[in-house]
Amino acid sequence: MERIPILRMGEFLLVTIQVDMHDQLAMTLQDDLSERISGTGARGVLIDISALDIVDSFIGRMIATISGLSKIMDAETVVVGMQPAVAITLVELGLTLPGVITALDVERGMRLLRDRLQSR
Amino acid sequence: MSTLRQGSQAVAIEQDVVLARQTARKLSIECGLRLVDQTKLITAASELARNAVIYGGGGHMDWELLEDGARRGLRLIFRDDGPGIPDVKLAMTDGWTSGGGLGLGLTGARRLVDEFSLESAPGAGTRVTICKWT
Repeated sequence: MERIPILRMGEFLLVTIQVDMHDQLAMTLQDDLSERISGTGARGVLIDISALDIVDSFIGRMIATISGLSKIMDAETVVVGMQPAVAITLVELGLTLPGVITALDVERGMRLLRDRLQSR
Repeated sequence: MSTLRQGSQAVAIEQDVVLARQTARKLSIECGLRLVDQTKLITAASELARNAVIYGGGGHMDWELLEDGARRGLRLIFRDDGPGIPDVKLAMTDGWTSGGGLGLGLTGARRLVDEFSLESAPGAGTRVTICKWT
């Protein structure tokens, strides 16, 4: 079965979405991530969406759900690399992703995660 | 206004939503839409294709590349023979959904395009037409 790979980097998990996801693949990623957070005790999740040239309401909802479920599993999620045109479209679509932490790129996202974990 | 090219493809199953997005992307580039408008149109197409699959039980996406003087446009029509929408006004309300979604598909799609029309009646299927111009 087709899957989005989840890489472990110390206490973080890194997900780079590089394919145009159909809905089932997005749901599988959501399930896989919760399993991995639980299995590894990861404290943070980085989701790199820089290769996505659209985010519709389904993928937006998946991102919000992952962010919410990681929080109740004691991990922070940071979404990085959203393309400007995608951001504009999401806001006009009416999806502002409340509660989702974002950063411009992986490096900043990683720094943000470390800072947030230290201050806890 | 003249039609330069037109075509149609099925949106029957979930994977067809991805294919509809890919067609919308290819055509919006060919149409000469700028990047933000391409993104908006592809996103709207994704929402409407998914609606056709989930609520309409599958349907078709017809496309037309248009020319109107110096302007070019891309029109997409999503049609299905599903149960139709009993209350179109309600369906066009932000946050309202008959399924498990966010209720942003139809209303969001309308905000993302230049022209939007919705024809539906109970038992008569649904037809949503969107268009974006350069």
